[in-house]
Amino acid sequence: MDPLTPKDVEHIAQLAYIKLSDEESENMRVHLSNILGHFASLSIVDTDGVEATGHTTDLNTVMRKDEVQSPLDQEDVLRNAPDRDGEFVRVRPVLE
Amino acid sequence: MTTQSTNSDFYFSSARELRTKFDQREISSVEATRSMLERISTLEPSLNSYITVTGERALKDAEAADQRLQGTGQEPTPLTGVPIMVKDNFSTKDVETTAASNILKGYIPPYDGTAVSLLKEAGAVILGKGNLDEFAMGSSNESSAFGPVHNPWDVKRVPGGSSGGAAAAVAAGECFMGFGSDTGGSIRQPASLCGVVGMKPTYGLVSRFGLLAFGSSLDQIGPLTRSVADCADALNIISSHDRRDSTSVAAPFTDFAQDINADVAGMKIGVPKEYLVDGIERGVRSAFETSLKTLEDLGAEIIEISLPLTDHALAVYYIIAPSEASANLSRYDGVKYGLGSLDNSTSAQATEAARGKGFGDEVKRRILLGTYALSAGYYDAYYKKAQQVRTLIRREFTDAFLKFDALVTPTSPTTAFKIGEKIDDPFQMYMNDVCTIPVNIAGLPSISVPGGMSDGLPVGLQFIGPQFGDTAVIRVAAAYERATDWHQNHPLI
Repeated sequence: MDPLTPKDVEHIAQLAYIKLSDEESENMRVHLSNILGHFASLSIVDTDGVEATGHTTDLNTVMRKDEVQSPLDQEDVLRNAPDRDGEFVRVRPVLE
Repeated sequence: MTTQSTNSDFYFSSARELRTKFDQREISSVEATRSMLERISTLEPSLNSYITVTGERALKDAEAADQRLQGTGQEPTPLTGVPIMVKDNFSTKDVETTAASNILKGYIPPYDGTAVSLLKEAGAVILGKGNLDEFAMGSSNESSAFGPVHNPWDVKRVPGGSSGGAAAAVAAGECFMGFGSDTGGSIRQPASLCGVVGMKPTYGLVSRFGLLAFGSSLDQIGPLTRSVADCADALNIISSHDRRDSTSVAAPFTDFAQDINADVAGMKIGVPKEYLVDGIERGVRSAFETSLKTLEDLGAEIIEISLPLTDHALAVYYIIAPSEASANLSRYDGVKYGLGSLDNSTSAQATEAARGKGFGDEVKRRILLGTYALSAGYYDAYYKKAQQVRTLIRREFTDAFLKFDALVTPTSPTTAFKIGEKIDDPFQMYMNDVCTIPVNIAGLPSISVPGGMSDGLPVGLQFIGPQFGDTAVIRVAAAYERATDWHQNHPLI
């Protein structure tokens, strides 16, 4: 495969919500291109009509009763918020 | 080089030996715990296996365990009073849980994961939280935001990873048992590099609830111990069906140790030739060949087989695991917990800044790799293709286990390498897991036991069983352990 371009890396980083410095971006570009190059060998495996495996327990749509349980302690949960206001977690504005 | 002095004999006892000492009133759990805490403070400056030590809690739990051992309250279990470590990607109520990442520094979970709850109920004494590669992504423990762990056999070398803290602590006598997670070898490879026993049970047998997720279809919790019997005892405690994990399954047997004393005469054990890769060290290969002879002497039939898809396992793994990781780690947005970024004008910028600052290089690399493999235009070529080849790899194993009771391979192609030696070449680092990764892809049980020495460093031997064949794996490993004394070697530390 062709090596990734700086634009590719910028696009992926944006999708992943990760801010990268210029130096980091270039490093990632080189390493990711190298790693993806090693994956090319997969294309030679014949997988026509082969089902995909998501996980190996062969369980599907596990159901359980919808029972009322005691919730986590509110203060135990909220104490971890980087920024809070009483019972609320504060976030930055979603729109500028 | 090994040491056998009286003092160190205590530190290097198995959990079963320690429990016998409790029963015979030779020592109490409080005394054992205190002695571990002293040893931890002596050794930690050179090993760095622990991220957090919870001494006060441990002593309180040890007091309660002593009561239980004296017959008041609940019936004791094989782990009652035994000082243990859990990896720092296990959620522990009221005790900081970081996954060795800056993004989670200071995070105090409001709940215990299922494995931790079961260990506490069993009366185990948790000494603290084990160091690891950040979010369990790594094979050398060098990606920890809390600094690397040093191998007790040679502190200039890595302990393996990602459960490097647990492996080093068990090997050095800083706990009697460690608990880790294994996504592509993260229990077995460090167990191999540190000369201890490590087992990844069949996927589904231990609940993942409260394990900070990396690759959910591959992650599995398991023990690192000084004996195969300890390993079976530990699995009996932590394995149970849990409705909070939708991939949790009840074991089709009641005791992991049910066949532990059986011999291996007549068992058919396959040696997949693809695992003896070119990059395998000479010392590892010769230790492996000696181990095969030992198994033959025990009456097992050793037969070379071919599992050709093994060559594709690494690619399959490094597509599936990062893809799942990119989704799992999207929860770390710096809003509800962890590192926040408060000086940005929008929520999106704050998230990008927190993640840019909070994640280390390897974690970013894997998130980006996974994001790429899942992104529009590449999904079919990478993620779907990898999942299809996963089906074929699984089938190849299933077919092999129609003819064989177990497979045997080296655990890792090398012994412990020097800190810094592979850190600049991610792909070279990924090659460390070439023998362990296929097992996770197929969800199989697998154990690594001490299987030789090479230039003063431990070599691991890996047994692989069919799905739910955990007791067969333990049976072969225990027979091998009885026939060899590698597990009695301890580092001079």
